[in-house]
Amino acid sequence: MSQEKKNGKLKVAFFDFTSCEGCQLNKLNFENELLDLLKYVDIVEFREAMDDKAEEYDIAFVEGSISTPSCVQRIYDIRRRSKILVALGQCAVSGGINAMRNEQPLEKVQEEVYGEHKYLFPSMPALPVSAVVKVDYEVRGCPMSAPEYLHVFKSLVLGRKPETKDYAVCVECKLKENECVLEKGMFCLGPITRAGCDAICPSNGQYCTGCRGLVSNVNKNGAVEMLKQHGFSVEEALKRMKMFNTNDLEKEICWGKE
Amino acid sequence: MSRDLSINVHHVTRVEGHGNIVVDVKNGVLKKAELDIVEPPRFFEAMLKGRNFHEVAIITSRICGICCLGHQMTSLRATENALGLEISEQTEILRKILIHGATFQSNVLHALFLATPDFLNVGSVFPLVNTHKDVVLAALRLKRLANDIGDVISGRAIHPISIVPGGFTKLPSESEIKELREKLANEGMKDALFAIDVLASLADQIPQFERETEYISLYNDKEYAFYDGLICSSDVGLVPVEEYEDVTNEFVVPHSTSKHTRFNRSSYMVGAMARFNNSHKLLKPKAQEVAKKLGLIAPCHNPYMITVAQMVEVVHCIEDAIDLMDILLERGIKDEKPNQNPTRFGRGIASTEVPRGILFHDYTYNRKGQIEKANCVIPTGQNLANIDDDMKKLVPEILDEPKEEITKKLEMLVRAYDPCISCSVHMLDVTFEE
Repeated sequence: MSQEKKNGKLKVAFFDFTSCEGCQLNKLNFENELLDLLKYVDIVEFREAMDDKAEEYDIAFVEGSISTPSCVQRIYDIRRRSKILVALGQCAVSGGINAMRNEQPLEKVQEEVYGEHKYLFPSMPALPVSAVVKVDYEVRGCPMSAPEYLHVFKSLVLGRKPETKDYAVCVECKLKENECVLEKGMFCLGPITRAGCDAICPSNGQYCTGCRGLVSNVNKNGAVEMLKQHGFSVEEALKRMKMFNTNDLEKEICWGKE
Repeated sequence: MSRDLSINVHHVTRVEGHGNIVVDVKNGVLKKAELDIVEPPRFFEAMLKGRNFHEVAIITSRICGICCLGHQMTSLRATENALGLEISEQTEILRKILIHGATFQSNVLHALFLATPDFLNVGSVFPLVNTHKDVVLAALRLKRLANDIGDVISGRAIHPISIVPGGFTKLPSESEIKELREKLANEGMKDALFAIDVLASLADQIPQFERETEYISLYNDKEYAFYDGLICSSDVGLVPVEEYEDVTNEFVVPHSTSKHTRFNRSSYMVGAMARFNNSHKLLKPKAQEVAKKLGLIAPCHNPYMITVAQMVEVVHCIEDAIDLMDILLERGIKDEKPNQNPTRFGRGIASTEVPRGILFHDYTYNRKGQIEKANCVIPTGQNLANIDDDMKKLVPEILDEPKEEITKKLEMLVRAYDPCISCSVHMLDVTFEE
């Protein structure tokens, strides 16, 4: 694929860091829209799907957490060459599920894993991309919400600023006319989790695991109190909140708290 | 021929995750040929510690976005074995259909989007949109159909939602299953057979290379095993799943953040080719026909043919999913709640065939139903030593070819295994000491 900007097409690239690559795969799952999108952009770099590499990007989509020194170098390099950088999926946005390990001292985790070889593979706490370089826009969720990704993608191609939602999953859940998960006697993080997923988990009989991160004005104490009223201990509630939100709940953990 | 050759492919493309190929030849003598795994470690087992039994599959799903269904399935079964949770026949049938969907989705993605560009001498699937539009569209439709199976039965194809220990939190309707069945039987099968015709026309592009190795897969005398069975080695026969550690024998190598494994030789192979070699007689009739047409005959010792075995499995999965859906529709879908009342606590081990091969999850639960110890052994990790051994045999055989050609064949070899590197470095086994 040409690296020249052809017919005013934007040069788009995809990069992955520490993650399951499910968000990238989600992109390849737009079986119906994939070919249409290609009319408007040139994909110039996408290691999981193609060989080509490029020097500059109009939009760089970045998946995954920053979790090794070489990740830091790579993301600096990508940022330098990108006009717009979008964090794709919760690992990139907040550290996501990778950040669960930040709760344990790194040295201990490495030693448990690699034993005497613990200094063979340098590692560090799992960080969001925004802890290292400037992030312009984000697509939340684990996996990222496909409609939200399409919305951000289309907005950027049209030169518009994508709108994001900053209200609770509960709002979307009510619109779906689901029975309240907490009222059913199950645990749920819907009241403090950012909407945009169309309440997909409650709609499928599950509880909200908080995979899209917290709303910006979260009432943490109120949430814990409410869960307590439904029979869940503070310890249990915090533990469950940390599955996807360790870094959000304990910002200070980012650079290696003991 | 006394040639010096140094190949270093930094980040192999069109594979899941980060790996480098490193080859070093001095005076015609091979000094080094290996696949370096440089993916950052993930530390999953450490994250599982203390987690409740119904959270475990939600976390293990995130080991890999491509193999999420396989991880969830194996995880759920290990948890059910540990806690003595019985599941219904209906749950088992639905799970088997999900596995078929995930397997043929992954196989189509690999064979047609990641591997086929090599046979047509292009760098990705994107140029094929112009030159081979029919087959690209057929592959996209097949992927869509496989994703529909995941969406309808498990709520979402990537990181499924409604499959939980003991059953399903939401069941599909009979009309949804019927619709899927018709799609599979008509356009699904048609697209698969069309894609196979195209692959058959490219058969001469598949490199000729043979290396007999040990083939390890699940085996079950009732069906081509994906969901359940015993461990089968082409060298020594059947081994109970509970003795998996005697088979995998994981060990650390300095060039890989993922551990290697070995059983009766220095390496063994898992995945579509291992399954085909061990269980080919149990393939459904049309899949057998397709294997013949593509020139795939068991035992096959050419690793480049893994891609072909994957397409044979696509046909098998479609055929078997249709049969399972017929059973389900005949019985009618009963409204069942998941069985989440543990009858015991302790250790549970389970094994499932996921697209890239045999996967093991092994959990120990305390009396509160929380994980005390976890271990996952991943197919790609099990193939790494075999890939290194293949490269060591291949490089001297093709040493008189141009460097670009050697590099391409090595990349194609690694790609043929469809390695899933995120999975393989999910972490190494950890024991928790308190």
